[in-house]
Amino acid sequence: MDAIVINGLTKTYGGLTVVDSLNLAVRKGEIFGLLGPNGAGKTTTLMMLSTLLKPSAGSAAVNGFDVVREPGKVRSSIGMVFQDPSSDEVLSGYENLKLHALMYDVPSDRIDRKIDDVLDLVELKDRKNDVVKKYSGGMRRRLELARGLLHEPEVLFLDEPTLGLDPQTREHIWEYIEDLARKLGMTVIVTTHYMEEADKLCDRVAIIDEGKIVALDAPEALKKSLGGDRVLISGRSLKLDDLAKLPYVTKVEPLDGGRARLTIADAGRNLQELLRVTGELDLVEVHPSDLNDVFLHFTGRQIREEAGGVMEQLRVMTQARQNDRH
Amino acid sequence: MNLRKTAKGIYALWYREFKVFTRERSRIVSSIFLPLFWYFVFGGSVGTIASIGVNYQYFIFPGFLAMTIIFNAMFNGAYVVWDKKIDFLKEVLITPLPRTTIFMGKVAGGLTDSVLQAGLLLLIGLVLGIPFTPASFLLTVVMLVALAVGLVSLGLIIGSMMESPEGFGLVSSFAVYPLFLLSGALYPLDKLPAWMKILTHADPATYAVDGLRSIIVGISSLSFAANFGIVIAFDVVLIMLGAYAFKRMKL
Repeated sequence: MDAIVINGLTKTYGGLTVVDSLNLAVRKGEIFGLLGPNGAGKTTTLMMLSTLLKPSAGSAAVNGFDVVREPGKVRSSIGMVFQDPSSDEVLSGYENLKLHALMYDVPSDRIDRKIDDVLDLVELKDRKNDVVKKYSGGMRRRLELARGLLHEPEVLFLDEPTLGLDPQTREHIWEYIEDLARKLGMTVIVTTHYMEEADKLCDRVAIIDEGKIVALDAPEALKKSLGGDRVLISGRSLKLDDLAKLPYVTKVEPLDGGRARLTIADAGRNLQELLRVTGELDLVEVHPSDLNDVFLHFTGRQIREEAGGVMEQLRVMTQARQNDRH
Repeated sequence: MNLRKTAKGIYALWYREFKVFTRERSRIVSSIFLPLFWYFVFGGSVGTIASIGVNYQYFIFPGFLAMTIIFNAMFNGAYVVWDKKIDFLKEVLITPLPRTTIFMGKVAGGLTDSVLQAGLLLLIGLVLGIPFTPASFLLTVVMLVALAVGLVSLGLIIGSMMESPEGFGLVSSFAVYPLFLLSGALYPLDKLPAWMKILTHADPATYAVDGLRSIIVGISSLSFAANFGIVIAFDVVLIMLGAYAFKRMKL
């Protein structure tokens, strides 16, 4: 059975179509990535799947429940880790989790044990009585991850779970997610614009651009579909026409300064052979294709992490100031 | 959604509001200080020229109890706006709890918070020698609870519609000052011009103050029971509007 089935899901604001006739099925137990730049419609999609936003058209079912007709049942069966901090920083970690457990009707005699269990998972047990204000960004994110797991949801949504965290913490968070998902057999839907992370973690990814899915497959398959890895070469007497005739060379792009960029299927195996044909070269650079290339291929644009990064930083800072209320 | 789940949901939200309340000591102090300040300044100055037949400070004490409720109950709506600013509101709205339960939980929290603060003032009133009997003390608490239910709801309604804390501050002060000044907290309403008198009838605090006066200083236009009934009627309407506002609330 599929955990999530989406049919023609659409969201428009005024004349602006943010999510455009999305069709998608996510299998049970899968770690599924929604990739795309900021504003591609990832978060809006999650908001509709979690019943916080009403679709303008189309339908979606989560765990077999329709998001419009059975929102209560959908909400009982899902967990969500939001993009922005969503815990009360005046309360302790324990108190935030207790509040959550009460709202999800976790049986009272099991609340404290469950809280200890999830805090163990994210290694926050020794800080459970500290108010969240004293937590670092990474700890807060881990707390919210623990909170999302507390009521044992069948589907867990993670909206940019590593945004604004340092690389080390990011890696830790991904490890937790992967570990938990495999251990508990949960379906995980994660949005991110960190392509390398999605590559490592996700069973399948959908690349979303301007509200539409432009590619959908396992990361490996998507990379393979590009026709190979890119190899940058430079030499005094390159015979590009000859190179283009080689069976494993799928693309040849001449560059200035006697350089050329080749696309080569399975560069790891065919590079030796290629070098024999070209003779002596001044330079050889192999770039194994990654999801950024996939994104570039399907959208014609680079996913701009840097620009996004700065804007996100600003947003996180503004948010932090607004939170500073007590 | 059965009753047990609803009760647990209300308790959950109350638990959070109450924890936050107990950690905001500066707010508790300032919310008590303001009415006391008015009480002494107003009671001491205007009291010397007012001729209403009873001790002026006794006369205005119910007004300051109502004031504490008005200011603190309405202020609770600001939390809704803050919860929107961080994603805490989403965390609450994404739970299986119906919006009505969430609203009731917020009312329970705000009610506790504002009645506890008015309760502190009430205890100070005992020390100041306000002539309470055990029965009138108890009825005072009952009336304050009734007033708080409606005004917390009103604050939450405004909060549910506002996007920014500044917007909430602006709109709520438009409500808070008329609610206070038109309630007859500071002066007898029968001396007001007719057009203004009409407005005072639309203010639930008017009936709370009148009802409290009937049992504390023995002068009022309506009986305690009649006043109490009207305040409850306001509560019913405001709770229904509040539940509706929460259902419609967008993120």
